[in-house]
Amino acid sequence: MSNLLVLLRKEFTLELRRKSVISGIGLYLFSLVFICYITFNLRQNVISPATWSALFWLVILFSAVNTVAKSFIGEKPGALVYLYMTAGAHEIIISKILYNFILCLLLALVGYGLFTIFVKNPVTDQTVFLTGLALTCLGFAASLSLISGIAAKARNSHVLMAVLSFPVLIGILLMAIRITKNAVDGLEASASQDELLNLLAINLISGALSYLLFPYIWRS
Amino acid sequence: MKVTVAVLLVYVHTAGLLFDVPRLNILNETIRALYFHVPMWFGMFFLYSLSIYYAIRYLLNPLEEYDIRSVEFAHVGTAFGILGLLTGMLWARYTWGAFWHGDPKQTNSAITLLIYLAYFVLRASLENQEQRARLSAVYNVFAFAAMIPLIFIIPRLQSSMHPGSGGNPGFNIYDTDSSMLIVFYPAVIGWFLTGYWIANLRIRVRKLRLIDIAS
Repeated sequence: MSNLLVLLRKEFTLELRRKSVISGIGLYLFSLVFICYITFNLRQNVISPATWSALFWLVILFSAVNTVAKSFIGEKPGALVYLYMTAGAHEIIISKILYNFILCLLLALVGYGLFTIFVKNPVTDQTVFLTGLALTCLGFAASLSLISGIAAKARNSHVLMAVLSFPVLIGILLMAIRITKNAVDGLEASASQDELLNLLAINLISGALSYLLFPYIWRS
Repeated sequence: MKVTVAVLLVYVHTAGLLFDVPRLNILNETIRALYFHVPMWFGMFFLYSLSIYYAIRYLLNPLEEYDIRSVEFAHVGTAFGILGLLTGMLWARYTWGAFWHGDPKQTNSAITLLIYLAYFVLRASLENQEQRARLSAVYNVFAFAAMIPLIFIIPRLQSSMHPGSGGNPGFNIYDTDSSMLIVFYPAVIGWFLTGYWIANLRIRVRKLRLIDIAS
């Protein structure tokens, strides 16, 4: 447990120390939102809620994949060996998932804010939407952390990261889009309960699998 | 096994095309797709299950043989999946009016194939044999788990025109006419065995090559 906290703190310290990375991700997100804004010329409010949710989730998906990708890709080999000697595989994967979850959530919230400013905000039921957003981020973090570990071992790992993760994430994304639709249409919260539970179940499965499978990746 | 497969499939093809079938609205004669299309998906699922079984065996006990078995079952399973998609598209052309209709079942099965194609890409981009075997085994398990909701859960949440869901006249085992079952069951068994047989041939070739290299 204390190891876990130390690992988490290490992630945050490193992240804050390399400010170029985090600002790079922020700029990436901002550019994506801005591209959406310009290509659709969205000021006239012509965008339908369906398009809004498609654009929003695409932006979040792309930035999340890029953010989590760097959790194993691009780490110095020396740092990985040091980690391997000092901490257990289970602790590392849990700390990575938690850390990536927090990062993804921050990213998604900032993205939501940017969308509100530049595009618009058709969401009527904030509670359902934000719960869905948090659960989706958890699912992204749980699956992507493991996949990043796999991709880091291969050649051209950035391409591989996208290829491996997109099909796996589609299940989560479909649920997220359904929840968004419900939240935009302003249905009562009980209507989205099924989807939220499904999302939770998918998260639990991918989290458990990451936890079980990570030691096999880590050993090499 | 070869003989059994041949007998079963010859029977399935003649009986499947000649026997009487129940008349249902819209479906009409295309109901015969049940004998050719549905066994492809069953076969794909059967072969992928074998693939994940050997992937888990490999993770527990890293023998190269398990890796070969895992990847070859995945290969043949993917071939079955592609055939399932193609036969489904052909069927959709005559009942829904277009090869690609955007039905959730079509989309999700295409995604399933994408997952396994990604598995092959992963294998191709790892050079070290042991690392390739282990990492692809890990991805295999993860991909299989991601496939389950796509095939079994999500299509049931969305409205689909696919037979068997949303009150469409179905190929459900329960309401399929018993005259169809006497062709359908042999078809499923025949295709299972075909898949297993092809995969085994490929496994034996791979193993022979391995011995060849070693000597």
